Amino acid sequence: MNYVPASGCDAMKLRTSYAELFGADPKKPQKSDISPEAAEVHAAQKKDKTRIAKIREEIAQMAAHPRIETIRPFRWMILLLVNLLFVVSYYLDIQLLEGALTASRFAGFHMADLNSALQVMLAFKHVVINLVIGTVTVFIFWWLLGGRTFCSWVCPYHLLAEWAEIIHLKLVNKGWVKDHPLDRRARSWFWLVFAVLALVTGYTVYETISPTGILSRALIYGPGLALIWVIALLLFEIFWSRRAWCRYGCPIGLTYGLVGAISPFKINYNLEKCYHEGECKKVCLVPHVLDTVIKGRATKISVDIGADCTRCGRCVDACPTESLTFKFKGMGDYL
Amino acid sequence: MAEKRLTRAEKKRRQFMRTMALLGVVTAGALAGIVPSIKGWVIRLRPPGALTEQKFLAACIKCGQCVQVCPVNAIKLADIGDGVGIGSPYIDAREQACDFSCDGLQCVLACPTGSLTHDVNFSHEVDIGIAKLVRPKSCLAVNGKGFKGPARGAGFKGMMRYEEVDRWNPIPIADHPYDLELCDLCVRTCPIEIRANQCDIGKPPSGDEQQCPPKRAIRLVEIDSEDGVKKMRPEILDGCVGCGVCEMICPAEPAAIVVENNELRTGKRV
Repeated sequence: MNYVPASGCDAMKLRTSYAELFGADPKKPQKSDISPEAAEVHAAQKKDKTRIAKIREEIAQMAAHPRIETIRPFRWMILLLVNLLFVVSYYLDIQLLEGALTASRFAGFHMADLNSALQVMLAFKHVVINLVIGTVTVFIFWWLLGGRTFCSWVCPYHLLAEWAEIIHLKLVNKGWVKDHPLDRRARSWFWLVFAVLALVTGYTVYETISPTGILSRALIYGPGLALIWVIALLLFEIFWSRRAWCRYGCPIGLTYGLVGAISPFKINYNLEKCYHEGECKKVCLVPHVLDTVIKGRATKISVDIGADCTRCGRCVDACPTESLTFKFKGMGDYL
Repeated sequence: MAEKRLTRAEKKRRQFMRTMALLGVVTAGALAGIVPSIKGWVIRLRPPGALTEQKFLAACIKCGQCVQVCPVNAIKLADIGDGVGIGSPYIDAREQACDFSCDGLQCVLACPTGSLTHDVNFSHEVDIGIAKLVRPKSCLAVNGKGFKGPARGAGFKGMMRYEEVDRWNPIPIADHPYDLELCDLCVRTCPIEIRANQCDIGKPPSGDEQQCPPKRAIRLVEIDSEDGVKKMRPEILDGCVGCGVCEMICPAEPAAIVVENNELRTGKRV
């Protein structure tokens, strides 16, 4: 009802979305960037004394009745189902989903992981038609869902990393370990380094260490020594740096972020409904994308969350005022 | 703590340096993966249609679809010891050779990237490697000996299709014992020889003459015998494609005949 269509500065918004995806820190918006409507709401929120009381009430209520996450278990179920479908299909020989996450055939249709396909194209320098079909199909699919949906809804490493994060946060809480944040630009460097290496050496160098590929194959074809690398990564994340691989390392995530940046499907933020409690940032897997929820930051009444968002839905679950929602917006913003 | 005195900019710089160091270590680790291939530490028999090794590793997307379609489960995926070859398919012929019982080269058809090239359509066009009699002294035929029983013992898990038993389904070799006066297992089980024989009597596989191998792959030739016992020696011919069935079936331990990898594989390919 309070939905205000996006206006003029979408090119800038997209630029910001990409910049944050590549690792830039979110910037505080200039006064001139903030639309008059949003400025009005910001000013009103500052003056409104009853809001403070409302927030206190809200927080007290949440403490009394902690919200049970519903999207996360559902998402984990989908993730497990997709990965188990590969396994079941192979073991029962029903040819429903053949292959692994790097490349597969769903009911006969080719699908190829975009980053694996890119590595092969750069290394081999020759693209057969089946790979084109697989790549285009997957491109369209993740473009529709947007952001890094692949990461939080399909990638098996992401699930383990979420579990590792739960342990990490418990240990941090006890004061036994400390999070060492790294530079988010590392992921862009990684992406570039592995693209160049594939092109120059003629080998799909990234596949050697891809925890996504290793885990997917281990599930389907049986475990191997390569799992030691995956375990090492998880231990690093538990004891040293929170969700390090997904946040700072994984080139697959960047590839999907690039594809999903301009998507008809979004997590949408509504300024008018927001009490700025910060519950969403606490649970967010990539908190830099939620910078806009900080008091005074939103440039418009309705803001779409950027490309690095994994569409995991934890903020949607956590928000007590339904200020954050899944939204199918179509392509109106970009036309 | 020393870190407390650092300014925000210094902290950022430290974080950047730390990140770059980690990035360097992981990149170096991944790059080390090309060493086993470049140095030739791992030599693998690749599935039918595989491009020359370097191109094969470049093109393979490590998905294992070839593994899934093989009716005799001849194809396995390499582990991280193979470096960049991680997740790439290979054949351990002694354990389970490719016996072409799929008839249509299913692995080639399954490959989404052309690392197993579609230029190869028939079993006789394959060039995985070439068989070689590396231990003639342990060859039963060379010693003039026969063979009785299951070729590789009762516990052997390897499979093969015997058309006379079941045209469509491979069975365990252990379930198909032999009784031979002079061991000729490598010749009688050779998939190329079987097809050539079928074609000779005018019954090509599936009635398709395109499936007829133009060249023979292996035969037994009589050798001099001082004790009057008939002795023969397997001779590998130009038609050998390196499928490895001879290596798998050979009752000698270790096998008298093995398939050597064809480093070049075929020149006609990409």
